[in-house]
Amino acid sequence: MTKIFLRPSLLLLALLFVETIAAQSAGGSYFSPAIILIAVLAVLVLLAVLYVGESLLGDSNAEVSNAKGGTSATSGGSTVKLKKGYNINLEGEAVERLDAVPVTRYAVKPTDFQGISPIPKVVPIVGDEVMAGDVLFFDKKRPEVKYVAPVSGEVVAINRGAKRSIAEVVILADKEQKNKTFEAFNWQTSSREDLVNYMLESGVWALLRQRPFELIPEPNEIPRDIFISTFSTAPLAPKTSMILNGKEMQFQKGLDVLNRLTSGSVFLGMNGDGYVPPAVSGATGVVKNYFSGPHPAGNVGVQIHHTEPINKGDMVWVLGVQEVITIGTLFLDRVYDASRVVAVTGQSVSNPRYFRVKQGASLDALLKDNLKEDNVRVISGDVLTGKQVAQDGFLGFYDDQITVIPEGNEYEMFGWLLPLKSRPSISKTFPNIFSDQKFEVSTNTHGEKRAFVVTGQYESVLPMDIYPQLLCKSIMAGDFERMEGLGIYELAPEDIAICEFVCTSKQPLQEILADGLEMIREQG
Amino acid sequence: MSDNKFLNFLERIEPDKEKSPLMHAVFDGFFTFLYAPNHTTKGGVHIRDGMDLKRTMIMVVLAMQFCYLLGTWNIGHQHFVALGQHAGYLDAFHLKVVHGLIKLLPLFIVANVVGLGIEFWYAAKRGHGIEEGFLVSGALIPLIMPPDLPLWMLAVAVVFAVVIGKEAFGGTGMNIFNIALLARVFIFFAYPTEISGDEVWVSGIVKGANNDFFGQTYGMFHGMADWLFGLFGFSTFGAGGQAVADGFSGATPMAIAAKDGWDAVLVDYTTLQLWWGAIPGSIGETCKPLIIVGALFLVFTGIGNWRIMLSMLLGAAITAWLFNLWGATPFMEVPWIYQFYLGSFFFAMAFMATDPVTACATETGKWIYGFMIGMVGMIVRVTNPAYPEGWMLAILFMNAFAPLIDHYVVESNMGRRAKRAEEALERRGFAAKEVEVVEETVAH
Repeated sequence: MTKIFLRPSLLLLALLFVETIAAQSAGGSYFSPAIILIAVLAVLVLLAVLYVGESLLGDSNAEVSNAKGGTSATSGGSTVKLKKGYNINLEGEAVERLDAVPVTRYAVKPTDFQGISPIPKVVPIVGDEVMAGDVLFFDKKRPEVKYVAPVSGEVVAINRGAKRSIAEVVILADKEQKNKTFEAFNWQTSSREDLVNYMLESGVWALLRQRPFELIPEPNEIPRDIFISTFSTAPLAPKTSMILNGKEMQFQKGLDVLNRLTSGSVFLGMNGDGYVPPAVSGATGVVKNYFSGPHPAGNVGVQIHHTEPINKGDMVWVLGVQEVITIGTLFLDRVYDASRVVAVTGQSVSNPRYFRVKQGASLDALLKDNLKEDNVRVISGDVLTGKQVAQDGFLGFYDDQITVIPEGNEYEMFGWLLPLKSRPSISKTFPNIFSDQKFEVSTNTHGEKRAFVVTGQYESVLPMDIYPQLLCKSIMAGDFERMEGLGIYELAPEDIAICEFVCTSKQPLQEILADGLEMIREQG
Repeated sequence: MSDNKFLNFLERIEPDKEKSPLMHAVFDGFFTFLYAPNHTTKGGVHIRDGMDLKRTMIMVVLAMQFCYLLGTWNIGHQHFVALGQHAGYLDAFHLKVVHGLIKLLPLFIVANVVGLGIEFWYAAKRGHGIEEGFLVSGALIPLIMPPDLPLWMLAVAVVFAVVIGKEAFGGTGMNIFNIALLARVFIFFAYPTEISGDEVWVSGIVKGANNDFFGQTYGMFHGMADWLFGLFGFSTFGAGGQAVADGFSGATPMAIAAKDGWDAVLVDYTTLQLWWGAIPGSIGETCKPLIIVGALFLVFTGIGNWRIMLSMLLGAAITAWLFNLWGATPFMEVPWIYQFYLGSFFFAMAFMATDPVTACATETGKWIYGFMIGMVGMIVRVTNPAYPEGWMLAILFMNAFAPLIDHYVVESNMGRRAKRAEEALERRGFAAKEVEVVEETVAH
């Protein structure tokens, strides 16, 4: 409050007003008591507005119940109510049925790992037999981080992409799966260094990701905290209860191990609006917080922002429930268990349901006889952040969802003015009468790319004290100081995906942010 | 190729982008108007919100349609009232509308042909699609002009606004000043006699040799309308050129208030008349209820920012109230509520101040921005000795200050973040060291 009154430029502005009022008073004498009184009143009103504006700005995004100030969330058990955001309700939600399906081909894609050099060293050659847990490749710059085979079988292809980069290492799976069994390891009594080495050797290290930058963490750096979001609010995202079913022990074990790796705490973000599986609500040794609100409340970046925000120089780790389970399984059963629950969703899928497959599974098996139409886009991940893959492509390393939606490469007469079908939008110019309506969508952009025109739109769906549009402009201008000041460290592309969705000007915000993060990373 | 014959035909006649960029830009402009393009998402999100810039802009244009309707009638109504004819609101309705159209349509056509022409040309030159910004500017410009404005002046003003005000900065979304207001302010400073004073707000009135006023001699279009109306036995325009009614001055209520205060306004006008807009003025500004309907439409669709509108209303009301307290001139004594019955406050609030490109980008900034427009605009209106209206100048003035306001809002955001980092460091300083010590004891 006092700061406002001291700001010289504002005072100057106020003075300007006094001057204007005094100078323009036709026929009146200067500095009569009335004039001064009114001028003072005017200035006071002005300052009152500035004050109101200032306090409006003070983190209006979230409301932390049982709060005793900003840090109370760390004490755990609190609920953060997020108001901003938008839930995109789509057709094609997976029914709660878990099927097994025989998958013959698997691939690990170096492109799934942020920051890895494009041509990593591939250990086996085509024709070699590998066991699940054997090293497939490693980055020559960081040879200690091992990327391992999810299944046992024969390496049948090493596919290359642009500039001879390695796109996929494809494995033809054995019928009888053979797991590499790692040596017994006592994680409770060993040093942190030994623990880290064990995780590096067994391949689970690649499951961890650090923020900022979403990289696989440096082994010798201790993270400030570890954050795990136990639910997703993304469109058609799989349910945590399906993922955790039967894996409760592994989950808790994973959390225990992670606790050894950080100097701070392990934070669990829990769904404040829906069912929380007992394995999550009953997890021990962790700090638990509820988050309620529309998407992106389930994004770990948003949750970090409302518990212990990432400041410049901070480094935290993030991971998902399935990754925790894989880590837990390693310490229980001494194997690298790549299996995970994957939701096959989207309106073009005839029978959307859950499958238990392994990381990098070929999508052939999951989508065979399971598609309604031909002109479709297959996405590994959700519609906001996933990657487009071919119909016979492979599941991404971190993904637990496949979404299939129709391509929208059609013209629509007066489509911008009078759309034929209702479509998801935050704009109230579309009379979407039923608030819980499920939408059919396509990949059509519904308009052309334009310069930034509308303001306040991104802020209205991002429940963080951040100005995404101004941040994007500062990235485009290459202004490092401003990028840092505006909180680029707190964001990952997935957090502003919802802003990109609502953007009237159809700007590629995730790409812009990724560029900005890359620039900052290169600067060191 | 699709199975739609019309689409195929359009694809066949599409001009080549390399050979004739201008024709291609024009074609593309009309084609994308007719058909939403078949573009699909590449990288990033796979689905997009149904909203695009075309739809956003057309919603604003829709919101001002009522102003066009009433503006057309009011041009004719003021003309006949000045001549002492058809004084009832619905008397000779057909003549009033026809006269209004004869005045308004050329303004609309010139503004849009010139403005869109420039847009097309720049789009072709830069090789991008035609941006929709001028859709709104082109609809706004005729509404903020006096009805008798010479068309060449309008053309020059539009050229200035679009070329210097927008394209020089990089096109739609890049401009600093509101385009429609730039066109108006250009005329205001370059040809002040055409847009200020008492003699320009009523159409079809000319000044005689002895400073007396006559109705204009009607031209070809009036003649054609007369012929048509004659067939049905309706009243007609006649030849024109008759003397004005006794006591006609052409002064707007605002000018009267500025000179002699509120009571003098009430001699000539009723408050209801002021509110509903049967008064001389710029074409679209007079009818307050219909502007408010448009403003509410913008607020409910989320296209116009309600923060700017509300804070501008507050700013103007509070300033007017302060002037009431001061009461040094007759204009200051106009009851603050009646200040809203005069002039173009609502039009400026609904359609000018809310322009997202030239307003503040931050929500907090928008509160300050709107309030300051209300305040500055009222100060200019009441204390300006020459010209009793302030919104155009106030909005342009605050357009210039919008980046500064945003700067301070962003600074405060950055400051908060820096402070938070400092506090976290202090809090964690010791804790981190302790953990390291524990680590070491475990390791050895």
